[in-house]
Amino acid sequence: MRGLIEENIITEDGEFILNIGPQHPSTHGVLHLKVWLDGETIKKIEPHIGYIHRSIEKMSERLSYRNFIFATSRMDYLAAHINNEACALTIEKALQIEATPRAKFVRTILSELTRLASHQLWWGCTGLDLGAVTPFFYAFREREAIMAIMEETCGARLTQNFMVPGGIMTDIHPNFQQRTKDILEQIKGKYKEYDDIMSGNVIFENRTKGVGYLSKEDAISFGVTGPTARASGVSCDIRKWNPYSAYDQVEFDEILSNGGDCYARYQVRMKEMRQSVSIIEQLIDNIPEGDFQEKTKMVIKLPKGEYYQRVETPRGELGVYLVSDGSANPYRIKYRSPNFSNLSVLPAIAKGYKIGDLVAIMATIDLVIPDIDR
Amino acid sequence: MNTIFLYSLAGLATLIHNWLGKFISSELGLHILELAIIGLSLIVFLVLLCFFLGYMERRVAAFMEIRLGPNRVGPQGTLQIVADTVKLLFKEGLTPNSSDKFLFNLAPFIMVIASMMAIAPIAFAKDFQIYDINIGVLYVSAISSISVLGILMAGWSSNNKYSLLGAMRSGAQIVSYELSVGLSLISIVILSGSLSLGDIVLSQQNGWWLFKGHIPILISFVIFIIASTAEINRAPFDLAEADQELTGGFNTEYSGMKFAMFLLSEYINLFIVSAIAATLFLGGWMPFHIGGGPSSFNHIMDLIPSSIWFLGKTFTIIFIIMWFRWTFPRLRVDQLLNLEWKYLLPISMVNIIIVTLIAIMGWHF
Repeated sequence: MRGLIEENIITEDGEFILNIGPQHPSTHGVLHLKVWLDGETIKKIEPHIGYIHRSIEKMSERLSYRNFIFATSRMDYLAAHINNEACALTIEKALQIEATPRAKFVRTILSELTRLASHQLWWGCTGLDLGAVTPFFYAFREREAIMAIMEETCGARLTQNFMVPGGIMTDIHPNFQQRTKDILEQIKGKYKEYDDIMSGNVIFENRTKGVGYLSKEDAISFGVTGPTARASGVSCDIRKWNPYSAYDQVEFDEILSNGGDCYARYQVRMKEMRQSVSIIEQLIDNIPEGDFQEKTKMVIKLPKGEYYQRVETPRGELGVYLVSDGSANPYRIKYRSPNFSNLSVLPAIAKGYKIGDLVAIMATIDLVIPDIDR
Repeated sequence: MNTIFLYSLAGLATLIHNWLGKFISSELGLHILELAIIGLSLIVFLVLLCFFLGYMERRVAAFMEIRLGPNRVGPQGTLQIVADTVKLLFKEGLTPNSSDKFLFNLAPFIMVIASMMAIAPIAFAKDFQIYDINIGVLYVSAISSISVLGILMAGWSSNNKYSLLGAMRSGAQIVSYELSVGLSLISIVILSGSLSLGDIVLSQQNGWWLFKGHIPILISFVIFIIASTAEINRAPFDLAEADQELTGGFNTEYSGMKFAMFLLSEYINLFIVSAIAATLFLGGWMPFHIGGGPSSFNHIMDLIPSSIWFLGKTFTIIFIIMWFRWTFPRLRVDQLLNLEWKYLLPISMVNIIIVTLIAIMGWHF
């Protein structure tokens, strides 16, 4: 007994210490969770982060205002467009210019396509984490089609670098509109399939209903944002509260739920996919003609001051806080990343549940680890 | 002459026995040689069966997951599993330093031995049975519970926290689900009045128990399929492995051939469970007959060899169990035990009483 305590296998109270990660199938990256167990029941969780810290914020201080944007594609790699957009919007705010109408529309369409692709991947991984392998392949069928559109338009599938200060880097590909419409039709036809294999499954419902309850008060006090917070009834959609790009010109609903459990988070994301489809449908035929990029100087110098811009990524609120000293490089950049705040709530809501539930909770919070460490 | 040969393989066994008798005079030596031949051919058969089941599982999975599956090595990818086995053979069989080395190396053998022993009383075709032991049903359920020992040994001796949790889960799971499996087997034993698998097959000459035994037998068939899926640790009840939670559970630390042995035993168990279900509920090698139907139909059914009937039924059930695996999410450990103790066990107990009543009153066909 003493030996086991000294080797850090059990604690003085007889709790079993399990290190989940940094390499573990369901942490989706290099997250390390130190878990204190009583049998299968979780007594305490301590997340250890920093395994994929690349100091993107510090690196950006040595890059020009045109270049630092592209480092953000590597933060939340499932929402590269949206990260880039946040930075581009910050610079535009500082320069007091606006992107051209055409660029605004394309930005919104690409952001929503990114959200769709991200939610598809999340849906597949949730199935995988709960032990059903098949949804993963179903999700990738649609996600691949979206990735193909991205590839054609911006040349990259995952770490796209397309949003620049003043608009978008190049004009859209001639096939863009038609292919986007095709994928929307395809996704609309697959909702029933998704519901059949996952949402309506009795085992899935038992695994997620009433598991990992996050109250509205906790969600606010931990700074949780995105679908995770909206599933607890917190209205926090930046697209509604602080519209940017073309979001003020489209009709869509902010999906709210009062469930607060894994099932509510699941349903909120499933409904958000439908909203994204509807947003793109409203925009895709109405992309205005004109320039795709506002003229900016070759070397951008921002006026001295502090600037803040926030956008809605698939996982929540991404804030870019930029301090300029008037030179060609940012003085300081701080990202308020959604995953860091969302991870902070995990120890609070997973306590008292089983190991299987921990996996379900992590899946429905939808963590992307490189965004936590940056 | 030809048709008789198709229907009874007893002639084949006698033929071999007589032929060997020409070379060996001593009765004991002959028996030992025949036992060795049976044992070897059984092992070869089971390994080939596992190759096929591994291939089948991957193709079924691919079919469910809208992808192609193995289709490069050999015709339609049939040799892929052979290539994989060769790869596993050449891999280093690691034994972790901190493990209990004796138990660690013993566990996979116990698993395989327990699975292979259970094949003895299964009737593959008419008069083609290794040993028609008179307590066949009891024997199979007794032998199959040895596998829990192997899993517990593997989990404990690995000296890995995930393995220990997996073994813990598996102990609770297999011990509980054995009750439901046993009770659903007993319902057939009550009706047929015999524990011998050979006799149970013969009792289904005029109809399979699934049809003759009314709804109670249908219920016990469903319970048997669910509970035995849990007993052989297959998804959605694969809590002992639970890749996404326990990174492989009890076999986390195993590699190379020792890991392959766990796979081997899993597939043999899958076959045995399906064979038992086919024998008890679907008439084993008995052809499908329509009672009072056109005799020409029944005659055509008789022309199909009995081994085809047996394997056809068995593989249908195997396909259903594979289907479970690729469509359902995994249960949680407390839900798993709730399912057994709160639903399956009470239902099977009530079911047993009803079946007994049917048997006493002679209400079955």
